[in-house]
Amino acid sequence: MNLLTGPLKQAGAFFAMALDVLRALPKRPFQTKEFIQQCWFIASVTIVPTALVSIPFGAVIALQLGTLTRQLGAQSFTGAASVLAVVREASPIVTALLIAGAGGSAICADLGSRKIREELDAMEVLGISPIQRLVVPRVLAAMLVAVLLNGLVSVVGVAGGYFFNVVIQGGTPGAYLASFTALAQLADLWTSEIKALLFGAVAALVASYKGLTAGGGPKGVGDAVNQSVVITFMFLFVINFVVSAIYFQVVPQKV
Amino acid sequence: MGVAIDVQGLTKSFGSQQIWNDVTLTLPPGEISVMLGPSGTGKSVFLKTLVGLLKPDKGSIIINGDDLVTLKEADLYEVRKLFGVLFQDGALFGSMSLYDNVAFPLREHTKKSESDIRNIVLEKMDLVGLSGAEDKLPGEISGGMRKRAGLARALVLDPEILLIDEPDSGLDPVRTSYINQLFIDLNAQIDATFLIVTHDINTARTVPDNIGLLYHRHLAMFGPREMLLSSEEPVVRQFLNAQTIGPIGMSEEKDADELAAESGQELPPLPPIPLQLGTSDGTPRRAEKAPGEWCRENGVTPPPGSFESGNAGVPGVNQSRDEAATR
Repeated sequence: MNLLTGPLKQAGAFFAMALDVLRALPKRPFQTKEFIQQCWFIASVTIVPTALVSIPFGAVIALQLGTLTRQLGAQSFTGAASVLAVVREASPIVTALLIAGAGGSAICADLGSRKIREELDAMEVLGISPIQRLVVPRVLAAMLVAVLLNGLVSVVGVAGGYFFNVVIQGGTPGAYLASFTALAQLADLWTSEIKALLFGAVAALVASYKGLTAGGGPKGVGDAVNQSVVITFMFLFVINFVVSAIYFQVVPQKV
Repeated sequence: MGVAIDVQGLTKSFGSQQIWNDVTLTLPPGEISVMLGPSGTGKSVFLKTLVGLLKPDKGSIIINGDDLVTLKEADLYEVRKLFGVLFQDGALFGSMSLYDNVAFPLREHTKKSESDIRNIVLEKMDLVGLSGAEDKLPGEISGGMRKRAGLARALVLDPEILLIDEPDSGLDPVRTSYINQLFIDLNAQIDATFLIVTHDINTARTVPDNIGLLYHRHLAMFGPREMLLSSEEPVVRQFLNAQTIGPIGMSEEKDADELAAESGQELPPLPPIPLQLGTSDGTPRRAEKAPGEWCRENGVTPPPGSFESGNAGVPGVNQSRDEAATR
């Protein structure tokens, strides 16, 4: 009984909170200061690791594709394939991992420690909704930063791929650049950004939910952070699959 | 003038664990009440239920004709403006200075100018003895100061009801006496309804007008201070006199063997009822009653030596009245 209803209750409570966040979105006054602070905070904990992760990520893709295209005799399409791989899949996934791992865990720890110090209760008693005051700015900030980070990862990943293909593997720069748009199209970039937007929202929502429901002292906050990262990862890979599947149904591919 | 809180048949459980069952009481307006109980009997849960932070399973909480249990979220935020709540550790916002913490409710709920806010904040900070500490962050001060800052924040909107969660936890006896004196003086000044949740018997014996005792998942007794202090009811008697003989054991309830072993033992006599703590300037509070009035009206003979001193054999209690009497 509890094995079945437990997870369902959690899921229900999570969606109820997500709905509350949606309802609190248009409420004034909008917490501009908190929003800017959170943007800055999330960006500051994610930018450097993201850049550092995306260089080897782009390089690995370039290495794999460089070898594969040579085996297939399609060296001239190395650039095309690597842009596609980086923009469509690699960059939203890298963004997701860092937004959830660095940004989400920080949000969850922050809200969770406020919860156990009874700060959130005090806020509610003072007639302020923590959802409107704290969660909404965090969700919006995570979404904005995810979109921007996704752009950064795409650029750094493609540049890393170019460097490894041309400099390390001795590919032709001209062929790499010329084939850039052979397969990729603008819709790929849009999808990539939409994915990042969703990932940012989900990461912040799960982190906030876990933070707001943390209990049982400092250990409870640690557990909440742990769970929020794991749950977010699972959500993100499912969303990634669903959005990709929809994309291939909706957007006609270049032939 | 404070408002009454009318609690009817309140029941709360977490999952299959029942916290308390069928709690019915009325907190009289403008009076100080204390809610007592052994550790882990859901005193803090009771307090959080009273402000609507937790939903009870059954029952009603009527304030000014509104039932808090069935009220909509938006209306609940309105009713909460009647409340000031002091949480255990003060629950200050860690990222704000003490000044901003105390000013927070004013900035959120009133259209007062910054200079008006400044006057009110400085007045309340002075009232709780925190002048000069305005720029400190909550992390930089002691637990007692955090509590007093939390009290200043709870007072800033002139609440009708003040709920206080364990004011004495983590405070030394001297600071506890000071904070108790502060509650009495505040009650005289603002006439709000006070509910103090504690398990400190010194506080319970000398501060309140009414005492309630939560024990074994129900409300054992609620009534005037003198009624509980002169009560022969085993649970009440054991708790208010901090004895090991009685139904309360180390783990909530004693088993039958332990109780049977105690049955032959003679209970120590009830200690005298101490005088209630007075205001520091000696002016009577509106809710104050003459010492022994309840006992006389109800034909109860108080234990010998009652109403003669403010400490009545219990150390660490303010003795200003004794000094006033001998002078």
